[in-house]
Amino acid sequence: MNVGSWFTRHAQNAIGALGTLSRNPVATALTVTVIGIALALPAALGVLVQSGRSLAGGWADVRDFSVYLAPGVPLERAESLAGELRAKPGVASVRLIPADAAAAELGKDPGFAGAMAALENNPLPHTLVVRPAETVDGPALEALGAEVRKAPGVDLVKLDLQWVERLNAVLDFLRRLGLMIGGLLVAAVVIVVGNTIRLDIQNRSEEIEVAKLLGATDAFVRRPFLYLGLWYGMLGGLVAVLILLAGLLALGGPVSRLAGLYGSSFALGGASGGSLLAVLCGGILAGWGGAWVAVSRHLAAIQPKVD
Amino acid sequence: MIRFDNVTKRYDGAREALKGVSFHVTPGELAFLTGRSGAGKSTVLKLIALIEHPTRGTVTVDGRNLGKLPDRAIPAHRQQIGMVFQDNKLLGDRSAYENVALPLIINGTGEREIGRRVRAALDQVGLLDRERYPPRALSAGEQQRLGIARAIVSRPKVLIADEPTGNLDPDLALEVMGLFKRLNEVGTTMLIATHDLHLVERFGSRRIVLTAGQIQAAGGGQAA
Repeated sequence: MNVGSWFTRHAQNAIGALGTLSRNPVATALTVTVIGIALALPAALGVLVQSGRSLAGGWADVRDFSVYLAPGVPLERAESLAGELRAKPGVASVRLIPADAAAAELGKDPGFAGAMAALENNPLPHTLVVRPAETVDGPALEALGAEVRKAPGVDLVKLDLQWVERLNAVLDFLRRLGLMIGGLLVAAVVIVVGNTIRLDIQNRSEEIEVAKLLGATDAFVRRPFLYLGLWYGMLGGLVAVLILLAGLLALGGPVSRLAGLYGSSFALGGASGGSLLAVLCGGILAGWGGAWVAVSRHLAAIQPKVD
Repeated sequence: MIRFDNVTKRYDGAREALKGVSFHVTPGELAFLTGRSGAGKSTVLKLIALIEHPTRGTVTVDGRNLGKLPDRAIPAHRQQIGMVFQDNKLLGDRSAYENVALPLIINGTGEREIGRRVRAALDQVGLLDRERYPPRALSAGEQQRLGIARAIVSRPKVLIADEPTGNLDPDLALEVMGLFKRLNEVGTTMLIATHDLHLVERFGSRRIVLTAGQIQAAGGGQAA
């Protein structure tokens, strides 16, 4: 068979499989919707986890810790301490926030503006924001914090890692849960497609038998069913993408408003083109996989019979 | 071209359908396989088409020992044999054209060549004006001729037919046999299983007679 004929055969099989779907619109719509819902659920969980990760921020920000100097420590000492810290191994950068700058910043906040204006003296200390190097792990970070705490003029070292770690633990749990549910639902898609293809194989057993009698190879007989599975998966993936986009559109605003009421900037992230493509490809793979399982199990059982 | 050497076939839990059968059909020959119902005629054809495998003995087609053919080579073997069945085995949801085109689609013939050869085959069996008809719209004789067109479209070296006139009235049977004769005249080796002795006598070709799974006579001194 030459390349042109090969492509023609595949195109005919692909179009023929679409024709098979279009001849049973109701059954096709039901199957595709089930596949779409099954694919949309783990994808939605993925968007939720991704949005949570955005809330937690990048790892670099998350690991920053604040060093508050004792009241009355002069700015020069804060600057020299910043220099000492910058020289330490395991410290990527140090940012100094002078007490005046911190007070001015706080004064801009409507909630604190009145209180700050009423104070005769600035109660805020000079602060150093230390960003550890990426290589520094949790225990090393604790040790670095303890070492900084001992430096002259340091009043308090605040490692804000705990809440982020908790959030990340929750997100990690959700991610694993999503993977587990996703795995189960993809398996469900494989089963749904496999069962649908099995019924189609049964309905076309006479045609398969005749084709084998005339010398059709397993690949020839298998091909239209694989395209059928591929179309089921692709259409199911498209439905999943639509469900996901509709869900984000419907829930994005209310979720942001709800988070705002609790003082959070949490917002449902939009699904990226890449993740939507991943849902689509996942659908195609699951559909094709289901078809492959069905044809592998059932085609061999259909052999030519002559009375 | 077709050689059976001491072939025995026993179906699971059943009696022997063939017992030590040996015969030889030479290239370009037209031979009839005759015998009563249950004599083993269909089993011979099934062994040639590798629908069944012999319990003992050797079946050779076009120089190939079928017993040594790996499973993956079976489709290619079947593509080289034209088969006509008593029940035609036509696909009811396809047109006459599509039914005849199937062997060519299976063996990967190009689109243009398929069109040319399918129409030539339909013309040969007198069904060119019926190419768009589904099999159910054709008479029994036309359906049988359509089955023959499908069997010859890929120009097989060997054509086997199982009771190809079994469902036809005498005139149609004669017409179909005449078609086989013409195909044989252009070099196709043929083995036709039939119990219609009148028809066989009329064409005067060699008879291989099976009785209860054994060769009774192979005519023409060509028993192997």
